[in-house]
Amino acid sequence: MKCRVCREPAVIDLPHHNANFCTEHFIRLCHDQVARAIKDHHMIEPGQRALVAVSGGKDSLAVWDILLELGYEADGLYVGLGIGDYSDVSGTYAQEFARSRGLNLITVDMRSEHGFDIPTAAWATRRVACSACGTSKRHVFDKAAIDGGYDVLVTGHNLDDEAAVLFGNTLRWEVEYLARQQPVLRERDGFPRKVKPLIRLGEREMAAYCIVKGIDYQVDECPMAAGNKHIGFKEALNAIEERSPGTKSVFYHGFLTRISPQLSPTTVAERGELLACERCGSPTTSDLCAFCRIAEKASAHEPVPVELIVRSRGRK
Amino acid sequence: MNVLLRNPRREVAIDGPIRVHALIAKLAMNRESVLVISNGTLVSGDALLLDDDVVEVRPVISGGA
Repeated sequence: MKCRVCREPAVIDLPHHNANFCTEHFIRLCHDQVARAIKDHHMIEPGQRALVAVSGGKDSLAVWDILLELGYEADGLYVGLGIGDYSDVSGTYAQEFARSRGLNLITVDMRSEHGFDIPTAAWATRRVACSACGTSKRHVFDKAAIDGGYDVLVTGHNLDDEAAVLFGNTLRWEVEYLARQQPVLRERDGFPRKVKPLIRLGEREMAAYCIVKGIDYQVDECPMAAGNKHIGFKEALNAIEERSPGTKSVFYHGFLTRISPQLSPTTVAERGELLACERCGSPTTSDLCAFCRIAEKASAHEPVPVELIVRSRGRK
Repeated sequence: MNVLLRNPRREVAIDGPIRVHALIAKLAMNRESVLVISNGTLVSGDALLLDDDVVEVRPVISGGA
């Protein structure tokens, strides 16, 4: 296979582009796609300070790298979730990426700074692990971005992530969630501006980007996420994509251009009916925000090892 | 050749030479869900893998959202 641009040997074939690329032109493609997403959706303006939520995985490290390559000022934020060895290794990748490039990486450890970790939160609240994790991370991300005076919070959600969420919400006709699924969430009282610059690139491209750029990342799957429904949606979409390349992109970007504008924001947050959390001051619809409700139960509970969560899930 | 697989980490023996597309099909995997790395280098679908190559089939799906 030859590179579509230079006819040198290709390192990756991208069926949805009906093209193959060498290392140099694949990297350029990734940069161009991110630059286009930022421009099309007015994600980041020149001179703005960005905070990138970094997990140590491929997507967040890739988006941090690409933003820097495109000339944006971007710091990183790593949240130590306390998911056993998985978190330890993930943190090492994030720290090494920042150290080797002389970048500023803010680190927040859930156990030492908030009194609980994610396995304990999932166990104590009896919530799905990914739900407890997502709520906790969003709170920490928001607070760090606001406290640090950043203009925009960047996450590594890619096309596959967004298509899978869209797929799940469509299957259930979750209209309120569909109305909220945007590549840019504007800043509101207590919430930073949030953007997703990777919406034009899939997971395969992001993993390939890290490999060709020599970015080491956490390849192993989170033990608490293994087998979750989000992965099932991705596998279903990939089965379709294999037979019909380009379907994921048409599905998601068609939604953004043709359906999303017809959905009116229906959440209380969008209607501006938010209160301040009694404990932390974050915007919420009740006395305590979702994070503080988790923290209240989890911090009062003895630490729960991730292995217990995984074993208990296996028995269900 | 020994092919490294992930999640869970394990190795399988595959007879070479074999092209990347054929390897993915033989492993009953979806080409959208994996990348193949041979001797530390990303390789495209038509690349020929030989018995003495060090090969990894790396999954690209991650679970968070």
